[in-house]
Amino acid sequence: MARYIARRLLWVVVLLFLVSLLTFLIFYALPSADPAALRAGRSANPKLIERIRTDLGLDKPLLEQYWLYMKALITKFDLGTSYQYNAPVRQLIFDRLPATISLAVGAAILWLVMGVGVGIIAALRRRSVLDRTTMGLALFGISAPVYFLGLVALYLFADDIGVIPLFGGSNSYKPLTDDPAAWLNSLILPWIVLAVSFAAFYSRLLRGNLIEVMGEDYIRTARAKGLSERRVVFRHGVRSAITPIVTVFGLDLGILLGGAILTETVFNIPGIGRLSYDAITRSDLPTIQGTVLLGAFFIIVANLLVDIAYAFLDPRVRYE
Amino acid sequence: MTALLEVEDLRVRFDTEDGVVHAVDGISYTVEVGRTLGIVGESGSGKSVEALTIMGLTRGRRTAIEGAARLEGRDLLAASDDELRAVRGNDVAMIFQDPLSSLHPYFRVGKQIVEAVQAHRDVSKAAARDRTVELLGLVGIPDPARRVDDFPHEFSGGMRQRAMIAMALANDPKLLIADEPTTALDVTVQAQILELMSRLQRELGMAIIIISHDLGVVAETADEIAVMYAGRIVERAPTATLFSAPRHPYTWGLLRSIPRLDVPREADLVPIAGRPPSLIQRPSGCAFHPRCPYALPSHAVTVPPLEAIEGDPAHHVACLLPEAVRAAAEARLRAGATPQEARAAAGVDSLEPEPAS
Repeated sequence: MARYIARRLLWVVVLLFLVSLLTFLIFYALPSADPAALRAGRSANPKLIERIRTDLGLDKPLLEQYWLYMKALITKFDLGTSYQYNAPVRQLIFDRLPATISLAVGAAILWLVMGVGVGIIAALRRRSVLDRTTMGLALFGISAPVYFLGLVALYLFADDIGVIPLFGGSNSYKPLTDDPAAWLNSLILPWIVLAVSFAAFYSRLLRGNLIEVMGEDYIRTARAKGLSERRVVFRHGVRSAITPIVTVFGLDLGILLGGAILTETVFNIPGIGRLSYDAITRSDLPTIQGTVLLGAFFIIVANLLVDIAYAFLDPRVRYE
Repeated sequence: MTALLEVEDLRVRFDTEDGVVHAVDGISYTVEVGRTLGIVGESGSGKSVEALTIMGLTRGRRTAIEGAARLEGRDLLAASDDELRAVRGNDVAMIFQDPLSSLHPYFRVGKQIVEAVQAHRDVSKAAARDRTVELLGLVGIPDPARRVDDFPHEFSGGMRQRAMIAMALANDPKLLIADEPTTALDVTVQAQILELMSRLQRELGMAIIIISHDLGVVAETADEIAVMYAGRIVERAPTATLFSAPRHPYTWGLLRSIPRLDVPREADLVPIAGRPPSLIQRPSGCAFHPRCPYALPSHAVTVPPLEAIEGDPAHHVACLLPEAVRAAAEARLRAGATPQEARAAAGVDSLEPEPAS
């Protein structure tokens, strides 16, 4: 197991290196809006643009640019300087990370509780009105995009424009350390909006898994032993049915920690997603590179954690 | 002898999308204390459903259950879910066909047996674990104190079934129902498991219902055998009688379709023609008549009752042919005749004139 983890950690490094190379090629080498021209502003003249290009180091050969970038990253953990904010990308990411973590973790708790709860009830009350209603709503939840649900939620419940003003609206985010009550109030709508589609998907997934598991021979054995139905369902049934959910959950959380672009944009939450969105629209190449690497890091690490967790959840899985 | 389990006119119907399945259609039998009843039939004959129903494991919104199954006089079919749960794994225990899929893959074998002990006894974990090690030793698991912490996938097929038996014995059941206990196992392991069950029965004095499609398996263990076809018992007799003087054409078919040491090796195995009947649309009259080499036109109309044959009150047969004709046909078959020859020799066709067409 230790050898396996060591080998996988080595892979994390290799993969991150490949991701950095790929994003570098995509954003620096392929044609996009010229960052130097964008920075030069309205009164730009070719001379100014050329000077900015030199300042940014964009006149150097591509390979040299990549070499310098990687050297700074590895030796000084320096992700470069944002064109847009004129600040270190590393600092920008650390500033924005708490908002994204708040959003992702809060939503994850919400969707796990809702998805697992609804999934179990729907599976046990299969074909009942409750089952059909929740699964119908789940289908809606999976299909409704975040920017639609988000705008509807703002229109209905935001305290600035809402019909029934209940919670903080767009642009109301406050860091937890500044004001916990405001933090909570500002995140309730984003949490719900972000959690809906995940909860819907998880409940359908768990329902299907649990229905299948409840038909397994070992469930019949558990009943034949004379266990209470409650114990049969939760200890023997849910225990098996929930294992695949762990995989999906790890990956979903990993992806979201790299930035919930749509949700953060709709609610104007200053997180990683919002940062990358702005960076892309303004050709802020170092920031794009930084956020992509961060996202890749979270996804790869989540993958590793899921695989390790699996060995503990399913004793048949053994890594050599 | 005292009756442990009396099943009386048990009927089980499932409401499915394709129609109503008459899985068990009025069967009755008695299991005596400490004795073994074998139930034999093809897949779909209702033998497993019948056993699961006694355990209360077929209950559901789409299941209709009628009749009675009295364990020491108490009707299990009328018992509440909670009452039945107290019986399951306690007075009546069950083992299944595939021991790998019947054990939970995520839990240690010992833990699963501890759970069975604690389901019915208010004992500490340590005491339940001691009992589990003892049980594993009883069923012949080597080094039980160490193997108790293995996972099912670390056991061999035979050991898994031994572990299932240990789990079933956890609370000293009066009746053990074994549903195809050896079907998923290698032949050598099959014999070991059957031997184990016989030994445990001698030592612990429990009654056994052994269900199998394999007459050979049942012959080794059962005192009495019931042959099921399409949800009904077509023949029931003490084991020796069933093999020496079978009286139902379906039983003849079963016997001729398995290899035996007491018939010449050149004798061909004869499969029973046709397919097992649909339980949604049962054949009319005697359900076996479409496949029976001795069927007469009237057999498609009249349902044969299960009755004791003259001179042997322990031997019950549900067949419309007269006993004398059946005895004659069986004698011809035993002498090596084909079913067609036996039919002619026994004079089956003289019983009913051909319908004027």
